[in-house]
Amino acid sequence: MSMAPVKIPAGAVFTEADVRFMQGMIAHHAQAIYMSRMAADHGAGPHLLKFAQKIDQSQIVEIRLMQQWLRANGQDAPDTSSWHSMQMPGMLTADQLKQLDASKGTEFDRQFLVLMIQHHNGALKMVADLFATPQAGQDIDVSVFANDVQTVQTAEIGTMQQMLGNL
Amino acid sequence: MGTVRRIGALTAVFTLASLSAHAQTYPTGNDPRNGLKPGMYDAGIAAQGMRLVSFSKKPAEFDSVRGLTFINSDIAFRDHYVYQGNFAGFTIWDVKNPSKPEMVAVVPCITSQGDPSIVGHLLFISAEGNGNRNDCGKGGVKDPSEHMAGVRIYDVSDPKAPKLVKNVQTCKGSHTHTVIPSPTDKGVVYIYISGSQGARPATELAGCNNGTDPADVNNSIYRLDVIKVPLAHPEKAEVVTGARIFTGLEPAPTSTMRREAQANRGGGRGGRGGRGARGGDSAQVATQGAARPDPTQPTGPRNCHDVTAYPAMHLLAGACASYGLLVDIKNPEKPVRLDARADTNFSLWHTAVFSNDGSKVVFTDEWGGGTGPMCQATSMLEMGGNTTLTISKGKLTQHSYFKLPSAQTAQENCVSHNGGLVPVPGRDIMVQGWYQGGVDVIDFTDPDHPFEIAFFDRGPADAPPAPGDTANARQRGTIGGSWGAYYWNGLVYSSELARGFDILELQPTDKLSANELAAAKLVKFVEYNPQSQPKIVWPAAFPVVRSYLDQLVRDNGLASERTAAIGKALDAAEKQNGAARGAALTKLAAQVEKDAAGAKDAAKVKTMAGEIRRLAEGSK
Repeated sequence: MSMAPVKIPAGAVFTEADVRFMQGMIAHHAQAIYMSRMAADHGAGPHLLKFAQKIDQSQIVEIRLMQQWLRANGQDAPDTSSWHSMQMPGMLTADQLKQLDASKGTEFDRQFLVLMIQHHNGALKMVADLFATPQAGQDIDVSVFANDVQTVQTAEIGTMQQMLGNL
Repeated sequence: MGTVRRIGALTAVFTLASLSAHAQTYPTGNDPRNGLKPGMYDAGIAAQGMRLVSFSKKPAEFDSVRGLTFINSDIAFRDHYVYQGNFAGFTIWDVKNPSKPEMVAVVPCITSQGDPSIVGHLLFISAEGNGNRNDCGKGGVKDPSEHMAGVRIYDVSDPKAPKLVKNVQTCKGSHTHTVIPSPTDKGVVYIYISGSQGARPATELAGCNNGTDPADVNNSIYRLDVIKVPLAHPEKAEVVTGARIFTGLEPAPTSTMRREAQANRGGGRGGRGGRGARGGDSAQVATQGAARPDPTQPTGPRNCHDVTAYPAMHLLAGACASYGLLVDIKNPEKPVRLDARADTNFSLWHTAVFSNDGSKVVFTDEWGGGTGPMCQATSMLEMGGNTTLTISKGKLTQHSYFKLPSAQTAQENCVSHNGGLVPVPGRDIMVQGWYQGGVDVIDFTDPDHPFEIAFFDRGPADAPPAPGDTANARQRGTIGGSWGAYYWNGLVYSSELARGFDILELQPTDKLSANELAAAKLVKFVEYNPQSQPKIVWPAAFPVVRSYLDQLVRDNGLASERTAAIGKALDAAEKQNGAARGAALTKLAAQVEKDAAGAKDAAKVKTMAGEIRRLAEGSK
């Protein structure tokens, strides 16, 4: 998906990096939701089902928040299909998705956890890259959101590591 | 997982409970909070056991409907002033006349998130964001030397003209902070800084260091920065140490247990109760040894979101990302972690409230970060609520969950948030803000069965999008509702993010009697910072005795003929004066002490006897 060039209005504290972060994170989240919704018909265990449901419910509302921020600031807002065409850090390749789709039961749990940890690490990289960009991450909505992603996904990586250890 | 002790419900109920949680459209359709008219200033209101005393719009300087830039945050109390933080400054309200609060000062100063505390004439304000400037100005930070992240200290001796005394810079800024008085020096307070941001580069602030090893004493991560403030010389306030309360914590474990999703387990008291249910999906955490497949991954928490101190008990409850911590703060410069708990039903341990006797603590889960509508009928009941734990010998035991027993709309950001105790003797009651879920009052006396006793809720700030209009869904995106709601000197004060400032009054119902409310009103504090919890002490008074009596009647704790007789004897004693009253009460106390033997709730009867005796002694 090609996004329109970023135009920064006079007086705004956000930068092109903030806009690209929000656009890219929509695609990133959308793929996580797609993965999470695979759990039910791939025989996932009850723990994983619940964890996947949490990711689904958490990230869908974050996508709405990002879209709302982008629209309110006059920027292109990708939709939930954007993950097919945008490749962000940590996102699964077509082969990895096939591999996940081909697995069932406990093997699905294992694949899901390994791949979702990779996916979450990509989100953490996106946040780190954002804050490492000069002048970026100063808009309050972007900064609060990026910090939330960092905190929650770090915690979820810990949870997923434990779940992997328990399989 | 050998060192992790599992607790709670049976694994056997797991699958079934999980499915019922998924499929249920809970709560019921007849809640008065359903279908309230949307509107910024004309939204519909539903209230039970509470009435709105006054609503004050936020100052024009902070008036915006979009996003977080101008939202109000937390509040602090002193004398007849309320200090209300905002992401773009703060407001001081004079509430001498609660039905008409007066805006005394509005101080514009870009400072996300503006979490306030008041100590004497010093106001402390948390600054976290990357766009906060030393000079408070707009336009963001162009050069790192302009960046303010840490705690701003204002002198508010003249509430009409607050003066910025010092910006105390910290490596990770300050999302929230907590005041802890020095146990040995009345002229000193410590400020514990919480926040999840990474450290600034050493090139921006000397000594800051984004280390990855929790045991490395030189890294700025994995610690709470502690500022020491000499109250007579706030300009000398500085970071004196880092509280390393995370060392040795592994990533939060999952567990094989979960809650039962039924809402009203055991029927609850007073009918519908709440979404309370026994806890279980949790694990006590040892300091070492949980399985960790990949040691290069990020580990456990590196900071807290918020910490609540209970200085009188030398305790601190740390709400720290994937953990709830219990910490000994006898020496605020050297806190010691006593216990830690993780729970896969908690997304983000957010804040905490202790019971007055320090035997319980309620933690909240800010699932969705406060901006998401996480209280919809379809939202997971397991997430985004409170959990009640008991504390015994420095160890935590988890008991139950509670989530707002009202389905909110997709337009309402909602999750459990900040609150504090309502000082009713004999019960553990808290009042709490749930963003656009409104203000809720919850009884957690029985840690296994918390239940709702009062609420105040407005309709959403934004109207829902027109049918089929998915493109504009939440386009206005007002983030609103109650950031925190607190009981202070007789009334409930709630900081409304988008709209302004609410003052509410609790009203008697079958779940909270007029005597209990009168007893609560006897408790007065000059100063109140909710995250630095004060010890509540009730004076000897008839409403205190009658609170216990009402509770014994309500819960059948003592035979009804005895409660009726005691009530009459109290009324008669109150009509007498001096020594006669003292003698009547002494005689009654002796009778009540005897009543304890056959009573269902002997402990409460004894406590009531003690209160009657205390009242008798005061009457001589």
